[in-house]
Amino acid sequence: METDPADLAVRMDVAARMPGVLLAPSAPRAARLHGRLVTFWPHGTPVDRDDPDSAPWEATGALLARLHAAPLPRLLPPMRGPAKAARAVARLRAAGPHPAAPPVLRAWAALPSWARGEAPAPGPRALCHGDLHLGQLVRGPGGRWLLIDVDDLGAGDPAWDLARPAAWFACGLLSPGEWTRFLDAYRGAGGPAVPGNGADPWPALDIPARALTVQTAALAITKAVAADRAPDEVEQALVDACARMSGVEARPPELAPDATK
Amino acid sequence: MQCPKCHAPMHTYNRNGVQIEQCNGCRGIFLDYGELESLTRLEAQWGQQPPPPPAPPAAPQGYPAAQAPAWGAPHGGHGGHGGHYGHKRHKSFGHMLFSS
Repeated sequence: METDPADLAVRMDVAARMPGVLLAPSAPRAARLHGRLVTFWPHGTPVDRDDPDSAPWEATGALLARLHAAPLPRLLPPMRGPAKAARAVARLRAAGPHPAAPPVLRAWAALPSWARGEAPAPGPRALCHGDLHLGQLVRGPGGRWLLIDVDDLGAGDPAWDLARPAAWFACGLLSPGEWTRFLDAYRGAGGPAVPGNGADPWPALDIPARALTVQTAALAITKAVAADRAPDEVEQALVDACARMSGVEARPPELAPDATK
Repeated sequence: MQCPKCHAPMHTYNRNGVQIEQCNGCRGIFLDYGELESLTRLEAQWGQQPPPPPAPPAAPQGYPAAQAPAWGAPHGGHGGHGGHYGHKRHKSFGHMLFSS
């Protein structure tokens, strides 16, 4: 996806204005270097990939809640989560036939058009990160966790930012305890994407979590095809989840409890 | 006492405070006045007793079972611990949880 310089400028401006939530850029504007847009950021310490127990689930939930509660800046482009999912599915189709592809493509076809990046998201919009995963957190200069990477930042359904951890949990890759720590921290910090304590968050999370499961499965199969290998155990868990989706009708967003708030 | 039906001797049993006569021959049971009502009342009290408390759900790390979507993995929503799960967790963490 080619980045629009005007959109990037708005996103950089948001990062500069949200200390404590987003890592602020070292230089306020992107520079053009050999025909590419280049941005400058201070160094931060990433999450340790070799130590699952040290993953900052509480900080991730709280940071997202604060991001979602921020006022929507004028001129902010749409959050690019659904477009990224659509791009992953396009890459899967371009990769050629694979035995694991049909259930993933069926799950994609069953999603509403907004989740496939073909229509605006229904419901209230919020300031969203758009591509949350554990590589998007660093300890900033003050030692506190901050979100990085504003490339997909935009206005959209805030549930999208919760949906990747939700998808990991649904696919059995994230333990119920870790998922609960993340979700409780998000709720505790007043995050608007899911209804308050005790209520079932899944009516709000279901469609974005399906979309991110499809996206992750599509990219995994594309990689497996390129390497001429079978999907590994973790990749197969994503494909299996896509296959199970076909038997369970997607819950329409108008039934989500947050629509009545 | 003899059985009024087959005339075999009867034996007296005590069940929850109710005297019951049973024939050693035909196994027929005789109840005195009010004994049937006593047994019925005891049976009703037994049925009204609350069921034994259910076993607490598996809650790894001290958390209650999390709500999960219907299409979720069998290990995703309830419990989710054990060797299979832990193995997949460690295998997935470093790459799957850090990529778009």
